[in-house]
Amino acid sequence: MPKYFSDTIIFNYNWDQVAQGFWKKYPNPNSKHVLTEDTYEREVRSGKLCSKRLLSKTNNIPKWAERFFHAKHVNIIEESIVDPANKILVTYTRNLGYTKVMSVTEKVIYQESDQHPGKTVALRSAWIDSQVRGFSRAICAFGYERFKKNCNKMVGGFNHVLANLYPLPNTIPNTFATVSAAAKLKDAAKNASELAKSKAVPIYASLHPN
Amino acid sequence: MNSVGEACNDLKKEYDACFNSWFSEHFLKGNTNDSMCAPLFKVYQQCVKKAMKDQNIDIQEVKKDILGTDNEKKIP
Repeated sequence: MPKYFSDTIIFNYNWDQVAQGFWKKYPNPNSKHVLTEDTYEREVRSGKLCSKRLLSKTNNIPKWAERFFHAKHVNIIEESIVDPANKILVTYTRNLGYTKVMSVTEKVIYQESDQHPGKTVALRSAWIDSQVRGFSRAICAFGYERFKKNCNKMVGGFNHVLANLYPLPNTIPNTFATVSAAAKLKDAAKNASELAKSKAVPIYASLHPN
Repeated sequence: MNSVGEACNDLKKEYDACFNSWFSEHFLKGNTNDSMCAPLFKVYQQCVKKAMKDQNIDIQEVKKDILGTDNEKKIP
């Protein structure tokens, strides 16, 4: 039985930013396993942008699985449709070759968040399957765990790229507020110490009349 | 990012830069005319397709469209 995985991610960026960032997702600090990226096909069909990209990635597998995979890297096909009128970006990614050994298919729908205006919600589904007799269960379990683990890394990497492209507007006031609060405290401390000193001088003077 | 074909890296960079500006400045603003980067895409494509062939990448499998068809995997 194939394994199914799903989750929902909120990006603190509006849909236009996420859609633009999507094309600049690589490289990022979490994408060292992504080796190459190419656009294979691209055209506008009834107002929507349809693209197909070819990615190649290193293939990290446990020792016991090496007898099934001989390749050091794996090619990935990523289809995508950008619908700018409805602000929806859908991606569908699958590995090329070795699909009998293990196939990993991922679909992500990026759209404007109803609950969090100005943010983008990503609905992720993934299917992991294997047809290796006697090993499919172990391979699916491995693939599922690896995918789950990599999800956070993928989101972290994408957020890193988005943060570079669009420094968050709400972090600027926050930083500013922290800085000004710290400055105020410093000022208050300085005033207090000066006040204390000014009062201390006469006390000191009165204690040491000479 | 590098291209799958080492010889295509410069063509890819030029095309990507053009595409990203077209996507932001034109496509997302409602202009779907994609002729702006077409000449760059054409030369880059020729290079990539040759590199893919040289590396024995299964082109038939690459050509398959799945997104938006009945062949998409179903949510259980």
